[in-house]
Amino acid sequence: MIALLLSVLAAATPLLLAATGELVVERVAVLNLGVEGMMLMGAIAGFAVAHETGSLPLALAAAIGAGMALSLVFAVLTLTLQANQTATGLALTIFGRGFSALVGAGYVGISAPTLPKLLGIDPMVPLALVILAVVAWFLARTHAGLILRAIGDQHDAAHVLGYKVIRIRYLAVLFGGAMAGLAGAYMSLAYTPLWAQDMIAGRGWVALALVTFAAWRPFWLLVGAWLFGLIMYLSLYVQAIGVPIPSALLSALPYLGTVIVLVLISRDGRRIRLHRPAMLGRPFHPAG
Amino acid sequence: MLRLQARGQPSRFWAWASPVLALALTALFSGALFAAMGRPPVLTVSTFLISPLFAPEGLSALAVKAAPLVMMGVGLSLAYRANIWNIGTEGQFTLGAIAAAGLALALPDAPMGLIVPLMMIGGTLAGALYALIVAGLRTRFNANEILTSLMLAYIAHYLLIYLVTGPWRDPEGFGFPQTAMFSDAAAGPRLIEGSNLHLGLIAAPVVALIAALVLGRTVLGFQFRVLGQAPRAARFAGFDENRLVWLAMAISGGLAGLAGMFEVTGTQGQLTPASAPGYGFTAIIVAFLGRLNPAGVLPAGLLLALTYLGGDAAQMRLGMSNAITFIFQGILLFCLLGCDVLILHRVKWR
Repeated sequence: MIALLLSVLAAATPLLLAATGELVVERVAVLNLGVEGMMLMGAIAGFAVAHETGSLPLALAAAIGAGMALSLVFAVLTLTLQANQTATGLALTIFGRGFSALVGAGYVGISAPTLPKLLGIDPMVPLALVILAVVAWFLARTHAGLILRAIGDQHDAAHVLGYKVIRIRYLAVLFGGAMAGLAGAYMSLAYTPLWAQDMIAGRGWVALALVTFAAWRPFWLLVGAWLFGLIMYLSLYVQAIGVPIPSALLSALPYLGTVIVLVLISRDGRRIRLHRPAMLGRPFHPAG
Repeated sequence: MLRLQARGQPSRFWAWASPVLALALTALFSGALFAAMGRPPVLTVSTFLISPLFAPEGLSALAVKAAPLVMMGVGLSLAYRANIWNIGTEGQFTLGAIAAAGLALALPDAPMGLIVPLMMIGGTLAGALYALIVAGLRTRFNANEILTSLMLAYIAHYLLIYLVTGPWRDPEGFGFPQTAMFSDAAAGPRLIEGSNLHLGLIAAPVVALIAALVLGRTVLGFQFRVLGQAPRAARFAGFDENRLVWLAMAISGGLAGLAGMFEVTGTQGQLTPASAPGYGFTAIIVAFLGRLNPAGVLPAGLLLALTYLGGDAAQMRLGMSNAITFIFQGILLFCLLGCDVLILHRVKWR
């Protein structure tokens, strides 16, 4: 029972880390679909640096830096140059897949130092919860969080009040990149401590779905991440105990689960509209 | 400080000059990236972009790779014009390939005149129906089509793996995860005897032509464009948005299925785990590079086809991973999206 709980928590952690970052990004009304690409960059950067230097702090810093670097490209294109956010996010994922595969070609099948466990628990598991709690507190209880939400709901008014819409959006996008990079590092240094091409396997997209599932509310993100962690764990568990279902079909289960959950959650359009940042995905042109 | 000044009118010049500028910038940036990785930049970029064109049969290889990209890029242009974000074309392509393979395996003795039209219909239907799941989930349950179409692409991938490792695996294939080779008839007629130029090479430009006519000259094309540019106006005009979503998904999915059918029967000759090597995602770049315009999709498809040949050339001649293809594609899309700022804005330094 404890083992099950820990497995679910571990499977939920990369989703939770990435989704917490994306939640902040979407709360300032920016839609970055490049989470998958940023996670891959974080995974390979963390793994490569851990292997080359043996230093885990450096590896984590590299992973965060890689995620932020890619998110900076997104920010320059969409916030400064007003490019289409959907297309730019896709470009991030295409680039991240290619770049991580090229750099990672030399790291397949070798090992790197892994994150140490405390009392059988990966320190990243509680860390993800702490970050989520801080983000929840920041959004709900601080002045800066209020400004952030105001920009997401009415950027023109926030601009007129003198808040730096573009600058704050840059910071939020960079935070999202850092979290995605960290989530990637958790994958390659703790969850499956190896590098394999495309090892994120759609988790970035699941994290995006989670933000919608949670209707942009931090607490529900936690519920969603655990639910998906459970689905992912079950598809592995059912294979392990030898249920006669082909493994390829079981591997499709988490994706099917995501579709079903999305459908259930989106049925109530009013609830989505009520919570969605009103300016989500819309570009902001400062007048003058 | 860089400042953007709205033009008021989109610049027609920059609409077509932006892809050219983007391509030049892509060569520059990717060269810089390769230099930073300790590779000779000029040699790498020229091996990638120029050498495939002069390889023996380079042009026919280019056309064969471009055909599925053009077909899918055309479908996506229609959908994206209407702001309907089908990004799961990879899955619809896979389903088309699976349907065609199923027919080819079930009817190994059928004559060409029967099996080829049957597979074309089957592949198109499979892709369209798979895409219609997404349309149904959006119109009925309000589910975001970006996420559902992408999740369905992952599911299609595992379905393909299941089929080639399980029920459809060739019993005489030494345990390799692949089906038996299809009959010669299933490969369809060749445009030049003995070449690998299949029927899809004619189908792709025909599809582009039809789509150009539909988009430019019909009420349906007008409705797509209005829905994309001014959704509120479309609502006031009484256009049935749900119907347009169904149509856009069916067209883009059907064309992806058709592309998958031609690829697996005309080019590959059997179904393998690598039957869908990311063409569906590349087609998204093709659509944007072609300005969401069927006429522009043709050259864009040829250029992106070159990135696949270039990846193979870099692997063979320089010993690099062919993932370089996707790096180049990503940088190209970045540059294109960045250059597109010039269509609506003047850039000024102040």
